[in-house]
Amino acid sequence: MLDRIHTVKEIALKELEGVADQELLQAWRVKYLGRSAELGEILQGLKDLDSGQRPLVGREVNQAKAALEKAYESHEAELRIAALEQSLRYERLDVTLPGRPLPQGRLHPATQTLRRIYAIWAKMGFQVYRSREVETDEYNFELLNMPAHHPARDMWDTFHVTEPGILLRTHTSPGQIHVMRERAPEPIRVILPGMCYRYEQLTARSEIQFNQVEGLAVGRRITFADLKGTLTAFARRMFDRHVRTRFRAQHFPFTEPSAEMDIECFLCLGEGCGVCKYTGWLEILGCGMVHPTVLRNGGYDPEVFSGFAFGMGPERIAMLRYNIEDIRLFWGNDMRFLEQF
Amino acid sequence: MYIPLSWLKDYVEITIPVEELVKRLTLAGLEVEELRYVGLPFPDGSGREEMEGYLSPHTKISGLSWAPDKIVVGGVLEVMPHPNADRLVLCRLDDGQQEHIVLTGAPNLFPYKGLGLLEKPLKVAYAREGARIFDGHKTNQEWMILKRSKIRGVESYSMACSEKELGISEDHEGIIILDDDASIGTPLVEYMGDAVLDIAISPNIARNTNTLGIAREIAAIIGAPFHPPDYEVPWTGESIEGRVRIEIKVPELNPRFVLGLMEGITIKPSPYWVQRRLRLAAIRPINNIVDATNYAMLAIGEPLHAFDYDVLVERAGGKAPKIITRLAKPGERLMTLDDVDRDLDEFTVLVTDTAGALSIAGVMGGAESEVNENTVNVLLEGAAWDFINIRQTEASQKLTSEASYRFSRGVHPAMAERGVRFCLKMMQQLAGGTIAKGLVDEYPLPPKDPVVEVTPADAERWLGIHLEAWEMAEILKRLEFEVEVKGEHVKAKTPDHRLDIGEGVIGKADLMEEIARIYGYDRIPETQISDTIPPQYGNAKLEREEQIRDLLVRLGLQEVITYRITSEDREGQRFPQDAPKDDRPFLRLANPVTSDRVVMRHSLLASVLEVIERNARIRDRMAIFEVGPVYWVSEGEALPEERDQLVIALTGPREHATWLGADTSPMDFYDLKGLLEVLLDQLKMGERYYLPVEHPSFHPGKSARLILGESPVGVLGELHPLVHERYEFGENPVLAAELDLHSILERIPEAVTMLPVASYPPVLEDLAVVVEEAVAAKDVEDIIRKTGGRVLAGVRLFDLYRGEQIQEGKKSLAYALIYQAPDRTLTDSEVAKVRARIIEQLEKELDAKLRE
Ligand SMILES: [Zn+2]
Repeated sequence: MLDRIHTVKEIALKELEGVADQELLQAWRVKYLGRSAELGEILQGLKDLDSGQRPLVGREVNQAKAALEKAYESHEAELRIAALEQSLRYERLDVTLPGRPLPQGRLHPATQTLRRIYAIWAKMGFQVYRSREVETDEYNFELLNMPAHHPARDMWDTFHVTEPGILLRTHTSPGQIHVMRERAPEPIRVILPGMCYRYEQLTARSEIQFNQVEGLAVGRRITFADLKGTLTAFARRMFDRHVRTRFRAQHFPFTEPSAEMDIECFLCLGEGCGVCKYTGWLEILGCGMVHPTVLRNGGYDPEVFSGFAFGMGPERIAMLRYNIEDIRLFWGNDMRFLEQF
Repeated sequence: MYIPLSWLKDYVEITIPVEELVKRLTLAGLEVEELRYVGLPFPDGSGREEMEGYLSPHTKISGLSWAPDKIVVGGVLEVMPHPNADRLVLCRLDDGQQEHIVLTGAPNLFPYKGLGLLEKPLKVAYAREGARIFDGHKTNQEWMILKRSKIRGVESYSMACSEKELGISEDHEGIIILDDDASIGTPLVEYMGDAVLDIAISPNIARNTNTLGIAREIAAIIGAPFHPPDYEVPWTGESIEGRVRIEIKVPELNPRFVLGLMEGITIKPSPYWVQRRLRLAAIRPINNIVDATNYAMLAIGEPLHAFDYDVLVERAGGKAPKIITRLAKPGERLMTLDDVDRDLDEFTVLVTDTAGALSIAGVMGGAESEVNENTVNVLLEGAAWDFINIRQTEASQKLTSEASYRFSRGVHPAMAERGVRFCLKMMQQLAGGTIAKGLVDEYPLPPKDPVVEVTPADAERWLGIHLEAWEMAEILKRLEFEVEVKGEHVKAKTPDHRLDIGEGVIGKADLMEEIARIYGYDRIPETQISDTIPPQYGNAKLEREEQIRDLLVRLGLQEVITYRITSEDREGQRFPQDAPKDDRPFLRLANPVTSDRVVMRHSLLASVLEVIERNARIRDRMAIFEVGPVYWVSEGEALPEERDQLVIALTGPREHATWLGADTSPMDFYDLKGLLEVLLDQLKMGERYYLPVEHPSFHPGKSARLILGESPVGVLGELHPLVHERYEFGENPVLAAELDLHSILERIPEAVTMLPVASYPPVLEDLAVVVEEAVAAKDVEDIIRKTGGRVLAGVRLFDLYRGEQIQEGKKSLAYALIYQAPDRTLTDSEVAKVRARIIEQLEKELDAKLRE
C-alpha cells in the first residue's frame, strides 16, 4: 500500500512535468487530487484498514497529497508566468494609431488675453470694474476734461446714436467717473475692461469695435514714479521678465502729465525684428496722472488726492504676442483662426 | 506738421545729429511721425542714397540723400533748341569741372531758348552720370540711377533736376532754378541738404504749430541756445494813422485785431529758398506777398491775411476803409477764395468793411479783396479769435484751412502783433515797397496769463521725485516762463504765446507736466505704490460669467465674439422670412460707417448663426457659444438696457468618424439639452423645467422653454426649417439655445450645503412602465419621485422603447431606482411596499401599466 502511494506520487509528478497548459493542468489535478483520484480513494478506504496500518497509511497519503498540491501550485505559477510572457510578447498595439478624440473647447483669443491681463492686475491689487457701453456725452467726454467743441475730441472718432447726447463709448474711461463717484473718498485700484467703439473704416489695422482695459489708482500718495513702477511690473509679467520699458511724453486730456509706454520688443528682446519694425521697441499703452479736473468730477479733492490711469488694447497685445497681422480676424470668427489659440 | 531742419536752425543751435534730435523730441511729447531726408546723408554710414524704414515704432524714415560728388550746383550758360524735337532744349552747362550738354524738356528754360550766351548763368541742381535720384515719371518715389542714353539722336548722361527728382516735393513741372548765391560746383547737399520732421501736434501743444515753437522746445529739451526772431520793423513809410480804422463788435470772439500797411510792392514769384521751405512744409508757393504771409505763419504760428488795400479804399468810396468784425447777419453770403458762394451761420464771425463781408474770420478770405498780380498796396491783418467759435464754423461750413487749423486750436492774442511785424519785414524783403509807420491795434480783451506757484513738495506729490526750487525754475525759464523764486516757492508767469496753462491746482498739474517732460521721464524712478490698500470688492458677476465660459469650454465648446453693431436685416434673419418683424425699437447709430452696421443687436442668435454659416464649408461639426450684451431701448429712457445673453449653437455629427468607430449621427435636441443640464448642474442651479414653446426661430415640435425656479430664462431647440433655409448651412440640423444670462447669473446660489453621505447600502431596482405616447416623461418621473418619497434616492430613465412588444401608440419607459435610508438598511418588504405604491399611483394618474 505504501509502495502504491509512493508510485502514484512519482507517476503524478512525472506526468506533471509534461503538463503545458492550464487545461491539462486542471485535468491533472482532477486525476490525482480529485475526489475520485487514487489517493482520495485510498484515504476513503482507510476505515477498512486495520488500526495498526491506518495512521501510517493516512500520513503517507496526506504527505503525498501535500507534495502534489505544492507541485501543482508551483507548476500553475510557472504556467501563468509563461502564459503572461507569451501574451506580453504577442499582444502588441499599433501605438501610432490615433487616440480616441474628445471634443476640445477654447476661449476666444481676446478673452484669453483679457484673462491674462485680469490675473496680473488682480495680483497687484487691481480688481475689475465694468460699466455700460452706451454712454452719455457727459461721461465719455465732458467729465473727462473734454467740454463740447474741445479740440481734443478730434482724437476720438465717435459713433453717435440717434438719441441726442448719447454715444457708443470710445474708451472705457467713463467707468473712471462711475467708479470714483461710487467710491469717493475711498482709495481706488481697479481695472476697467470692456468693448469700445470708434467710427473707423475697417482695415487690417483698425476696427469699429475693440476691447480696452483701463486702470485707475486713486489715493493720497500716488505718484508718477508709482505709475512707472507699476506699469513696468505689469509689462514684465505680461511679456517677458527681462523686458525694459520706456515712457514717452504724450497728451491725453484726462491725464497730466501723460505718457505712452513702449516696451522692449519681447520677441527679439530689442535686437530688432519684423514685428517691432526693426526698432527693438513696441508701443503698448497710454497712461498718466489723473487730471485734477477729472479727480474733482469724480468727487476727489485734487489738492489732497492724486491718481494714475492707463489704457491698453487687448487685441493689439494679442496681435503682438501671436503675430496676428489682421485685426479683423478677431470678430471674423473663422474656426481655423480661433482653433489656434 | 512738416518742419525743415534748416528752418529750425534759424532759431536754435542744433549740434546733435538729426536722428538723435528726433528721438529726444519724441520722448518729450513731440512725436515725430516721419523723418524725411531731403539731401542730408543717412545716419548708418552705409552710403545708401534712399531709405525706407523706421527709427522708432513711431518714426518712419524715408527720403533721398544727395551724393556730394554726383549732385552739384550747375550753371546753365546757354539754352539752345534741340535739332530734332520742339519740346526739348539743349543746355550748355558748367558743373565747376567742365562743360556738358544737358538735354531737358523743362518749360521754365524755354524763355531762355535761343537767347545766346546768358548774361549770368542760371543756377540749377545738376545730377551727373551715375547719380541716384527719384524717377520723375513715376507716381511714387522710386529711385533710379542716371545712365547714358540717346534721346532723339542726342547723347544724354546727366540732367538738371526737378524738385521731384531730388525728393523735395511732388513738383515735376520744371527744373529747379536756384537763387544766385549758389556757387557752381558746390555739392548740392552742402548748399541746401535738409531733412523734414513731420511732427504730430496734439491739442495741448497747439502753440507748436510753427517752427519757432518747435525750436523753443528743442532749446529746452537739449539745452541749446535759443534765438527768437527780432520783431523790430524798419518803418520806412508814412504813418498808418487815419488810413484805416478797426471796430470790434464782439470782443469775446475777437479779442484782438492788428493791421499794418505796405505800399508800393511788386508782386512776383518768391526767391527759391522761400519756395523750397514752403514746399518742404507742404505749402504751395503762390506769389511773394501770399508766400510771405504763409512763411510768417509757418515761422511763428500766427495766420495772417493780406488785403488789396486799394480795393478796400474803393469799396469805402475812396475814403479810409473801416474794418468791422461782427457776427454774420441772417441770410448773409460770401464768395470765399475757393470759389464757393457760402451761406453763413449766425454764429460765424466775419471781417467786413462798410460795403460788406470780406472774409470768414480766421478761416478763409473772400475773393474780391484778395491780393492779385496788380496789387500795389497791401493791408495786412493779424488777429485773435475764439477757438471754439472757429471750430463751429469749420464744422458747419465743412471748411478748413491752414489758418483755421491753428485758430481752431488756439493762438495767443500776443501773436497777432508779432505776426504782423514779422510778416511786414518779410514782405518788404520779398516784394520791396515801404512799410507805413506803426500799426492799428484794437485789443479790447487781453487774456490773463496765469501765474502759478509750485514748490518741491508738489513735485514730490505728483511726480515722486525731489527737485530743488531752482531746478524747477530753470526748466520753466527755458520754456520762457517768467520765474520768481522765493525760498521753496517758484512763481511762474505763463509766457504770452501759450493758452494751455490753467489756474490753481490745474495750473500746478500743467507745470508738473512741463517740468517732468523737460526733466525727462526716463530720469523719474520706478516705485511701487505706497498708498493705503483700498477696500476689496471683487466682481462676483464677472466671476460667474467667467465660470460659465470655463464650463462651456470644458464641455467642448468654442467661444466666439461677434459684432455688436449689426443691421435689422441681419437681426431679422433669425426669424422665418414672413414672420412678423421684430418691432421693438433698436438703438440706432446716427453716423454708421457701413449700411450693414447700423443698429445695436437685440440678440446674439443671428450673429452666432452667421458664424456657423461662415464656417459651414470648412467644418461639418461645430459647437460654439457667445456671451455678451444685447441692447434694449425703452420709452423715456435715454440710455438702453444692456443685458447679457448667452447663445449656444451646435451642428453636425455627434462625433467625428474614427477608426475606433463613432456615433456620427447628427446632434439633436437632446445633445443641446444634455449640455445645458451639465452646465446648470455645475452651477448648482436648483429646480428647472422644460416646457414646449412656440418661438418663431425654433422648430415647434423640437424646442423648449427653460424655466429656472419660476422664471423663463430662454429657449432651446432645433432651428425652425424656415430659419434654417435662410442661412447657407449644411444638411444637418442646427441646434441653438438663446438664454438670458443675466437671469441665470442672478440665480446661481452663493454657497452649497453638503448632504450626508449614506453609510447603509442602497437597494437597486428597475421599473418599466407602459404609457400613452402623449404622456410626458417628466410627468412619469415626477410621480415616481413624489410617491417614492424620502427613501427613493435616485431615479434615472435608462430606456425608452416603442415597437412590436407593446401596443401601438404607447411607449415603455424604464427607470433605474435607488432606494436608500440614511439611518438603516432597507428591508425587501419596505422596498416592495414603496414600489407597489409607485405602480399604483402611476396607474391611477397616468393609466400606466407595469411592463413585466
Ligand atoms: Zn522685435
